[in-house]
Order: sequence, then structure tokens, then C-alpha cells
Amino acid sequence: MTVVIDRTKRPAGSPEGQGPVSVAASVRKKADGGGGLYKARVPIYPKLVHGQWRMIKWVLLIATLAVYYIVPWLRWDRPGSLPDQAVLVDFDGRRFYFFWIQLWPQEVYFITGLLVMAALALFLTTALFGRLWCGYACPQTVWTDLYIAVERLFEGDRNARMKLDAAPMSLNKLWRKTGKHLVWLGIAFGTGGAWIFYFHDAPTLLRDFWIGQGPMTAYVSCAILTATTYIFAGTMREQVCTYMCPWPRIQGAMLDKHSLQVTYRRDRGEPRGPHKKSESWEGRGDCIDCNQCVVVCPMGIDIRDGAQLECINCGLCIDACNEVMAKVGRPKGLISYDTDHAVASREAGEHKGLYRFVRSRTIYYAVALSLLSGIMLWGLTHRGTAELHVLRDRNPTFIRLSDGAIRNGYTLKIANRTFEPKTYRVTAEGLRGDTLKTPGEPASGEALTVLVQPDQVRAVRVFVTVPRDQISSANMPVRFVASTTGETVEARSIFLSGEANAR
Amino acid sequence: MSESQREKDAVSGVDTTGHEWDGIRELDNPLPRWWLWVFWATVLFSVGYWVAMPAWPGVKSYTQGMLGQSDRRAVATALADLKTQRGASAARLTNASLEQIESDPALQAYALSVGQSVFGDNCATCHGPGGAGAKGYPNLRDDVWLWGGSLQDIQTTLKHGIRSGDPDARMSQMPAFGRDGMLDARQVSDLTEFVVALSGRQADRAAVGRAAQTFVDQCSSCHGVDGKGQQALGAPNLTDGDWLYGSDRAAISAQIHYGRNGVMPAWGQRFDEETIKALAVYIHANSGQ
Repeated sequence: MTVVIDRTKRPAGSPEGQGPVSVAASVRKKADGGGGLYKARVPIYPKLVHGQWRMIKWVLLIATLAVYYIVPWLRWDRPGSLPDQAVLVDFDGRRFYFFWIQLWPQEVYFITGLLVMAALALFLTTALFGRLWCGYACPQTVWTDLYIAVERLFEGDRNARMKLDAAPMSLNKLWRKTGKHLVWLGIAFGTGGAWIFYFHDAPTLLRDFWIGQGPMTAYVSCAILTATTYIFAGTMREQVCTYMCPWPRIQGAMLDKHSLQVTYRRDRGEPRGPHKKSESWEGRGDCIDCNQCVVVCPMGIDIRDGAQLECINCGLCIDACNEVMAKVGRPKGLISYDTDHAVASREAGEHKGLYRFVRSRTIYYAVALSLLSGIMLWGLTHRGTAELHVLRDRNPTFIRLSDGAIRNGYTLKIANRTFEPKTYRVTAEGLRGDTLKTPGEPASGEALTVLVQPDQVRAVRVFVTVPRDQISSANMPVRFVASTTGETVEARSIFLSGEANAR
Repeated sequence: MSESQREKDAVSGVDTTGHEWDGIRELDNPLPRWWLWVFWATVLFSVGYWVAMPAWPGVKSYTQGMLGQSDRRAVATALADLKTQRGASAARLTNASLEQIESDPALQAYALSVGQSVFGDNCATCHGPGGAGAKGYPNLRDDVWLWGGSLQDIQTTLKHGIRSGDPDARMSQMPAFGRDGMLDARQVSDLTEFVVALSGRQADRAAVGRAAQTFVDQCSSCHGVDGKGQQALGAPNLTDGDWLYGSDRAAISAQIHYGRNGVMPAWGQRFDEETIKALAVYIHANSGQ
């Protein structure tokens, strides 16, 4: 038994296209020849297309790039010496700022939750509408689109580019190629350059960067991102998606026959073939085999071969086909966002119940997503501004004083997450006759007062002494309580005294 | 894996690797060319690395590399940098009094962290990692101090040591009453009962009565007539529950007979003033005073 999952080939018996061979098909032909251990990239020259989906892609390209470049420059007033940048990952200060939210490293679970939410949202979107992420929002797609636009600016559209590449080197070719690569490098540098502003105060870093006073991490990150942007968007393009990205492989688990995908409606298109104006449309499909869907494809595939790993669902072939359909006077939508189930149903002559968006998997994803969002929102709105942690001394576990009293040592960590200094009153509950003492404070008593500076954690050594006659057990539970105006936090620990000292 | 025979896959037209697992065969698609380039790039990088960094061993030395990288030098530089970084805090320790260091939260935190690491490296060997001591080595976490437990007392003890040979060392001596023949076995035994009685425990009344005069003659000059000791001489209080060499009769009698005297090194000869100060604050703070 041979089991090969390969949907790029037509099922046996389906009609073969008669038109020009797609670039992807020619790649396959070359690979078929057993041409050595390594396969060279066959260049793809996507043609410019106009239409609804291309317009959406332009808008999203501008929107996503604008968010990326503008966000680090937004200011947000914070008290004292805290950074005034709205969105900042402050590694030096060990804080993450997002407008009114400030996260501490120990709250990294919010970031984890956000990532899980993003993953679930991606699953839900994919189950419903296919690979929208790949086609419209993925940085690889956005930057590749931008790079292709630049390429088109210097070298012209598909045919001009192919001709230029085939032509011998000339002054014309040289300046066009040089110009393209220079602009590409400029964009790449801008990409890497914008990234580093998320990690340092943007106006300060901008100045420091150019006078060579910036941190080494900024220069290294900028250089790495410049290189990856230039290589991935300029020279590797679709190879990143087909060879390097795991998502095309994973998404198979989210998609089913009810998921919307860019689909060639073979029920309407077949049998395909060239069409003369005078000919009737009776007894044939709407596909005139003009190959426009293939020449506009940035992945270099033929959508009429069915759903494929390479397809990023960008919808450019839909625009291309719609343009042609309008010209030949047939209805639009021969290639469209559609489901495998709908196409199969129509082929079988059914026209009811084609689409099912509410399915068990979409319900599961939606429930998981809303549950997690709810928990995250609750966690974010209900987190306190103070935190107390107790570290019990492990060595020695207890100390017997000369009068027989027992003393235990603890380190209390009190976090003040507000932006003003706070005084906390610290007591140990659950013991009788206990006294608390901290180094540097003159007297010991029932309670301690601890001043914690804004946005800081203070570690205080606390010694709890219990007189001999109040020791009821070798292991007594104790609860440390730190209270300040409007907030009380607690932490549990134990008070040990050893069997010999307990009555 | 049954056979190993390359053949063309009927569906895709691609060669198989010839491996087969339960009917599943693997297509032998070629690797992309760029992958090969990445491989050559790493090979090129390694050549550059040989030139730039120390790489090849020679007979007496090794190829130094053009960047002059040396881990030994890097450590020295890092240590020097650390010293510079700590300079500001260390300078504040120099200028502040011990009390100021302990009552200022920032200085206290700095002193505690310095003190903790120095204590762990040097003091923990005898006094234990938590400072709780052991037989013959005083507990530094409780309220009993042989030579005084104030910040200044601790600083002096740290700096000059006890019976350390340092000219300013704390000095005193517990005589070996039995071994040196100052008291006979019977007297030592009676005195043991007397000391047991001092700490409020049951003892042989007759023996206690016999030893009363001996204690006044031999012991009270240091330990006091009431047996409460004297910090100036490092003479322990014999009336409390704290015993450096053990609290049972055998241990007490052995101490009267042999008169063991512990030694604490003079750390002032090894540490600078700031380290001694940090250590003094660390020990004082952890004694719960």
C-alpha cells in the first residue's frame, strides 16, 4: 500500500489544462527529472492585479506597518522616573508597560495567556475562514508584498521583469537592480531599526543609536532583523512559507471540509478550455484556461489543482479571475472563498445547506477562547497593588534563646506595585505572645512598620520570638499579614520549635 | 522496513527513498538549494573563526587569533569592572557608621548580601552556613555572646580574632585544672556538681557544698561569684541554658579538667574594612538584636 498525501495532483481522469504551464508546474517537472540532490529556486514573477482582495491587502499592509512603526513613539505619562513610553519592554528595569498596564516579571503568565489566546484565535479563524493570517497579516506576507511592490517600481510588472532577468547586463539593468536592492536594504534597516525602540526609550535611543552610544543589544538586534528582513522578504519569499514555517503543516489539523478557503469551483469551471467570442457556453465550463490565476500567485501555484500546502489564501487569484470573468461576460466568483463541502454538494446537484459555520470544532475553539479571555480579564482587573511572600530560614530552622524562648527567622518580600511610597504594618497571626524584630529598628513588638518605595520589592529580615510557655506544638502555623491603606495581603508559613521545646 | 529499493512513486512521480514502514514509503524530494548555501556559509564562518579566535594548538603555544580573545583576561576585566561598579556602595560603607548601615534600608540590603557571601565562604566552615554554630563553635544567631554582641563588639572580634596571635586579639584562658594538677579528681567532680546546680538543675547537695569554696577561689575571678560570667574576659555565663562544649556532667567535667580554649582567626588581616563592616552588620542583623 502506498499512502501519499499530495493534493497538488489532479485525481486520475480529470482533464489536464491546455494553456501555458505554470511556474510551479515547471518546477515540478524539473524535480521529476531527478535533477541532483538540491533543488534550485525557480523564480516567481507575480503579476500586479486589481480588485477587492488586493485592495484589502493594501489597506492591511499599510495598517499593520503603521502599527509596527508608530507604536513605540506613543507617549504615556507616568509618575516619577518611570518611563513615559506607552508600549515598552523594559529589560533593564524588569518591567513591561502597555499603556495603563504595568506587568512585573512574576506576572509573565499574562504574556503566556495572551499567547495562548492568540493561538486559539488563530485556530478559530483558521477553522472558519482558512488561512486568513497567512494571506493578510503574517509579517512574512506583508513585507514580501512590500518588497514585490518595490521590485515592480524599479523593474516593471511580470513580463518586464522576466525580460529584464533574461537580458544581458546593461546600464539599464544595473541601475534598476541596484536601486531595488538599495531600497530593500533601506526597508530592512527600517524594520530592524523600529524593532529596537520597543525595548528602550525611543527618542533617547534614536539619538544614542546614531552617535554610537546605544546599547550593544540594539545594534545586534537591528543588524539581525535587517538581515532576516532582506533575506526573507527579498530573496527567499515563498520558500519561507513552504520550507521553514511550521504553520502550513499544523493548519491541516484546524481545517475541515467546511472551512472557507480560496477555492476553484470546479463544478462551474470544468471542462475548461480556450473560448472564442462566437462560441456558445453550452456544455463547457467557465474556465477559459487563461492562466491569470497562476501568473498573479505570489506562491507560484495553480489554485485549480485544489487546496495546497503552499497556498496562503491571499485571494489575489480571485481578483485576477473576476477581472477575466467580467471581460468574457460570465458571472464573477469562479475562484472564490468557498468550502470543499459546498463545491462537492453543488457537483452532486445539491444547493441547500452548503455552509456550516457552527461545528463542534468552532464551538470548542470559541468556548476555549472566551473562557481564557474571561480569566485573563478577571485576573488583570482583580490583581492587587501589593504582594507578600515569605521565605522561611532553612538553616537554622529555629534558635533557642538563653531564657528558653524560641526564635524563627524569615525573609519577607513586600512588593509595592503602586507609584507612590507605602508603609505596611506587618504582623504574625496565629501565635500567642510573639514579638517581631527586624534589623535596624530599635525595639521589637507585636507589629513592624515597613516602608516600601514605589514600584519596588523590599526584602526584610523578620525574627519572630515566642516565649517558652506559649509554645504549644513543635510546628505551629503562622500567617504573616501586611496591611496598608485599602489593601491587606497575607502569606502562610510555619513556626518550628523542635520536639524538645514543645510542651 | 522490508525492502530497500528505490522506485518511482506512481501518484507523484517522485523517487522514493526505498524505505518502507508498514506500507508507508517516503518520497525522496531534493533539499532546496539555499539549504546547501547555509551549510557552506557555516563552513566559511568556521574558517573566519580560526583566523579571528584562538583555535589551533601548537607545540608550545597556540594560534592566538586576530581578535586577541583571552578568557583569563576577560575574567580579570570583569572583576575590575565589578570592583568599579561596587565602588559607590563600598564607599558609602566606608563613610557610614555600623549603626547607620544597619538602619538605612538600601545600605543594610547591600551589607547583608555582601555579608552573606563572605560568611558562606569563610565563617560557615566552623559556625555553619546559617551561623547556628556547633560544639565548640558559638551560635551566632541567639542572644548569648561570649565577647559581646553589639555591632562594635562583633566588629572587634572579627577584625582581631580570639586568641589569634593578633596583638589586639581578645585574650583569656580557661585553665586545665585537672590536667595541670591544680585540682584533684575529687575536686573536679565536686565542682562539676556545683556548676550543674548553678544552672538550676538537680545536683548532689553534699558535693555542691564541698565545691563552694573551690568555686570562689578558682572560678569566680572570671565567671563571677554568681557564675554569670564576664563578657570582657569572654567568660561564659554558667547559669543559663547555653553551653559551648555541652551541658551534661561529662562535658562540664571535661572542660574543667582540660580547659579547652577556642581560637577565632583575625580576619582584619585578610579582609578590607568595608568587608569587615558588612560582615559585622550581617552577623548582628541575623542575631535578631
